[in-house]
Amino acid sequence: MALFQRRKTVLVDADILVIGGGMAGCGATYESRYWGRDLKIVCVEKANIERSGAVAQGLYAINCYMGMQWGENQPEDHVRYARNDLMGLVREDLGYDIARHVDATVHKFEEWGLPMMRDPETGRYQREGKWQIMIHGESYKPIVAEAARKAATQVYNRVMVTHLLTDKAKPDRIAGAVGFNVRTGDYYVFRAKAVIVSAGGASHIFKPRAVGEGMGRTWYAPWSSASAYALPIEVGAKMTQMENRIVLTRFKDGYGPVGAYFLHLKTYTQNGYGEEYESKWYDHTKALVGDYIDRHPVPTCLRNHAFLEEVKAGRGPIRMVTKEAFQDPHKETVGWENFLGMTIGQAVVWASQNIDPKHTNPELTTSEPYVMGSHATCSGAWASGPEDYAPAEYQWGYNRMMTVDGLFGAGDTIGGTAHKFSSGSFTEGRIAGKAAVKYVNDLKNVQPQVSEQEYLALEKAIFQPLENYRVGRNEIVAGTVSPSYLLPIHGLQRLEKIMDEYVGGISTNYMTNDVLLNRGLELLGMLKEDMSRMGAEDLHQLQRVWELHHRLLASESVTRHTLFREETRWPGYYYRGDHMKLDDANWHCFTLSRYDRHSGQWALEKAPVYHIVD
Amino acid sequence: MPTFVYMTRCDGCGHCVDICPSDIMHIDKTYRRAYNIEPNMCWECYSCVKACPQNAIDARGYADFAPLGHSVRALREEAKGTISWRLKFRDGREKHFVSPIRTTPWGSIKSPAEYAAPRPEDFAKQELAHEPEALNVPGGLPALRPDQLKQGVV
Repeated sequence: MALFQRRKTVLVDADILVIGGGMAGCGATYESRYWGRDLKIVCVEKANIERSGAVAQGLYAINCYMGMQWGENQPEDHVRYARNDLMGLVREDLGYDIARHVDATVHKFEEWGLPMMRDPETGRYQREGKWQIMIHGESYKPIVAEAARKAATQVYNRVMVTHLLTDKAKPDRIAGAVGFNVRTGDYYVFRAKAVIVSAGGASHIFKPRAVGEGMGRTWYAPWSSASAYALPIEVGAKMTQMENRIVLTRFKDGYGPVGAYFLHLKTYTQNGYGEEYESKWYDHTKALVGDYIDRHPVPTCLRNHAFLEEVKAGRGPIRMVTKEAFQDPHKETVGWENFLGMTIGQAVVWASQNIDPKHTNPELTTSEPYVMGSHATCSGAWASGPEDYAPAEYQWGYNRMMTVDGLFGAGDTIGGTAHKFSSGSFTEGRIAGKAAVKYVNDLKNVQPQVSEQEYLALEKAIFQPLENYRVGRNEIVAGTVSPSYLLPIHGLQRLEKIMDEYVGGISTNYMTNDVLLNRGLELLGMLKEDMSRMGAEDLHQLQRVWELHHRLLASESVTRHTLFREETRWPGYYYRGDHMKLDDANWHCFTLSRYDRHSGQWALEKAPVYHIVD
Repeated sequence: MPTFVYMTRCDGCGHCVDICPSDIMHIDKTYRRAYNIEPNMCWECYSCVKACPQNAIDARGYADFAPLGHSVRALREEAKGTISWRLKFRDGREKHFVSPIRTTPWGSIKSPAEYAAPRPEDFAKQELAHEPEALNVPGGLPALRPDQLKQGVV
């Protein structure tokens, strides 16, 4: 253990600290430098920003582009689309704000060297669908990371931030963050005037369908460990729509994307007997959600609902009809390159099982649930809206500032703004970056003070699992079973089982109720107690312990929110068996929560939904 | 896949350790070569495969659902600006694909500090860096009015 005895404490001062160097974090870092020429801008990332975040593998499409220069869409259209897809509940002020800026972001990506596909007839970006444009995005992340590296004063790779720090004298004001280097074990204390949380959403909080080696092939990246939520939750930031988890209809086992298949290749689904099935469930769905089933496009959750009901009725598997489209060699190439560009694992599954979509219609499945703020769902922190038009109740400070002073967010972190995807997350990072610079400029010489007592206590807690393992290991001969400590994989699998069985995972067909949720909370409470007895054999496992800590806190938030909202707003994502219908009279609102880390209590409330476009 | 490393090709350079987003490529202390320490946290993102100068890293489909005999190889060439793929099915069929990865030289992106500094009055406006020019629309940055807000179901 000599390595850990040599552990240093590294103090880093920054004007703006960006936590997480994915798409949102790179956008925040870039924009902070543009507006804050003399500021010290530090980006900290638990992996390496060259290939970190959800876009590490690449993308084959940019899913949020208006095309205003060609009159294709206006920001209002995107607000209507996202609102419709999320069954009426989005922060329209925030969504509009991203939509009005996102085209400039995409134009910059092209200038930086991202290969865009173009429509050979019009010369415009090649549309995959109304909002999506097609790219050769294998190097999307390295390109964006290059821009961020040029902008940052310093990038700290391989430092995992575990906790935020608040001001010694003013607990609702941010002052910095702490974490550790996963290679050296050095302890990092960041002191900052403003902090932008741009960390990842949550995979691996619900039990995945594959639980052997394949548990790594979750739809969302396994390194998206809910830090986007746990970091702000723990310092008392209000969260919104945490119940709004997402279930993805994807190609079986590899979770390969279906967007290009549906939209560009014009493939379609049918049941195991070759029949169209969605229309069969129209009346059934209408009885649950009313007129929402008549909207266009049909909300994604409702299409999931028809899929699930058809499979439950014994007519699975649902298949994608690819055989027709793949006779066209161009479409066949697009179909394969789509995977190789962003979900290589699906190509591997098909190669291994001899599935050539030219000859076989591949199976689809519905994934385990995920919690995130950037894709077609909108869990995250409650944030202040744009100054020029956000309603008073949505505006208490700088744009994208949470309910903790000086704490900003972007990407998966910010709630209420579905359908931002990669380009929108980078754009939201830019919005937060400019706002954070204004905040720091307005502070002038006020320097937030971190408490030495607090960060020393956190240091002890953060490294305790190494000590637990060192001591407990002597009790047993060999192996992984100890009466004194749990390894992080043990805790993760218990978390996933609790969430799966009690909070609406795959094994209950996404069904839960108040009794199940309350029992789930009891079990989560015991897991929370067991977290003080986690053991870590090395720094890698120590990273896994703190990822689990983040996942657990986010899971508790998800469960509390799910219990609070007494309706089934998004059938196909989850069901409250005790409240099976959508209830606009009582629940056309946002759910908000605030956690008190000292008492462990959660306070929940409703917030109004304001519509800004017709 | 998860990924694995061929003993005879790896020289222990650590590029894969440096790039892996999941922190699962580590150097084996006995053999001084890289290996995947946690295959069930591998997203098969191929970041390590692409980064390996010796082409020593490959992937074998997840044992839970991928029968043996397949292969998906990648060759990423920054100088040529391409990524090349070779898929081999279990039954021996092959497919090949090549895509561009970047249209500009690596390292050519300008720092935001190289652009003209924003004017003091720009801070109070809603425009971000490079706007409104980068939007490429005649009317400039779109905006809404606060009086458009309303509550209720729409």
